[in-house]
Amino acid sequence: MAAMTELLIGTRKGAWTLSGDAARRDWRLEGPAFLGQIVNHYVADPRDTRIRMMAAKTGHLGPTIFRSADAGATWKEATVPPAFPKSADAATARAVGHTFWVQPGHASEPGVWWAGTSPPGLFVSEDDGATWTSVDGFNDDPMYPQWVPTDAGTPDGPLLNQVVIDPRDAAHMYIATSTAGVFESFDRASSWAPLNRGVEANFLPDPYPEFGQDAHFIALAPTRPDRIWQQNHCGVYRLDRPEVNWTRIGEAMPKEIGDIGFTIVPHPRDADTAWVFPMDGTDVWPRVSPGGRPAVYRTGDAGRIWTRQDRGFPREQGWFTVKRQAFCADAAEPLGLYLGATNGEVWMSGDEGESWRRLGAHLPEIYSLSIAPGP
Amino acid sequence: MIRVLVPSQLHSYTGGVSRLEAPVGAICDVLDDLDRRFPGLKFRIVDEQDRIRPHMRLFVGRDAARDVHAGLRDGDELMIFGALSGG
Repeated sequence: MAAMTELLIGTRKGAWTLSGDAARRDWRLEGPAFLGQIVNHYVADPRDTRIRMMAAKTGHLGPTIFRSADAGATWKEATVPPAFPKSADAATARAVGHTFWVQPGHASEPGVWWAGTSPPGLFVSEDDGATWTSVDGFNDDPMYPQWVPTDAGTPDGPLLNQVVIDPRDAAHMYIATSTAGVFESFDRASSWAPLNRGVEANFLPDPYPEFGQDAHFIALAPTRPDRIWQQNHCGVYRLDRPEVNWTRIGEAMPKEIGDIGFTIVPHPRDADTAWVFPMDGTDVWPRVSPGGRPAVYRTGDAGRIWTRQDRGFPREQGWFTVKRQAFCADAAEPLGLYLGATNGEVWMSGDEGESWRRLGAHLPEIYSLSIAPGP
Repeated sequence: MIRVLVPSQLHSYTGGVSRLEAPVGAICDVLDDLDRRFPGLKFRIVDEQDRIRPHMRLFVGRDAARDVHAGLRDGDELMIFGALSGG
């Protein structure tokens, strides 16, 4: 079977791959790699399809980065993983608990990778992930103590959970954090400014602060990179740059579903289309599919109308959700959507979300699901 | 020499070897020596501030070690364990 689509799966207990044929009909599961390692993110490099990067740690051992230059056949560990500079006051100094996100650099910068960590830290590698250095422009900004309060965080710790690069300009970057929302840089991470106007933080005394929001996930529309989609802790938003005020497009979601979730996937060819996977953010925040009935919601008009797509998913008693890095799209026609669930199932839609089928089950909790670009 | 007991969690670095020896020095010197021989091993035991990671435990003989700058004597045994940790 010639593998035409390959899914890279990072889980709480190791990594797997799912390879599909040209029709995306037959799939083969392979793995595990690094059994027992907590794999927060596992991605391939669109600039060199042989290179893959994995952010890992275990319950006991500290965090590291594994790198492959032969599409996952063999792996090497980073010789200098992301780590904060050594401090004179070891009692209060920052240490990377885990790397949460690894990001291939801009197309014009082969070999460059970025990483986001917990506690929030931004790191860069110029040598395909072999060695990493702390990015002072964020990590040592005088505002860092305000951007990352000591008592802030998610159940897995405070996060710099995402790095996003403008495909038109390597110096124009965004980051998403769980403690201060979205930031923007125009100088290749040398300086950062909050970009959160209009985004709610209903867990703070001022519900619309300059920073303090919990940006679960942001994505640029591939055909219109000035359009930013955001799945926030407090709803679904859209921002069309150069505007600075986000619009809460999740208000148009059905009230009984709400607009809480972890992630959002833009259509690679249609800037008005995106998908979310809502979860229950009411009461004590169960973080499961609302009502036990999993579904994605699709907008085709930039968030004015959302349509439920649940054919193939359990009709009842389906209590999984989908984490930040575990929902993605391929570039095929028609578009394929893929999601990795917290119950260890992998689901696929080959018709832009209209119907879903299960490609795999019984994996550990899935943290990351990404497409490996074809050769 | 210092005798070192390496836990199973680190056997991927040592090629499955659980008992090693290192020259006499402080605990951090021993870890540096191990890291030279098995690159990457040290950072998975202590963080970048030289603090022992939350779910790792070091013992010198029967005594828990909390400071990697503590000195060791010829013949000491440094035992590294993965502590009890969630599922």
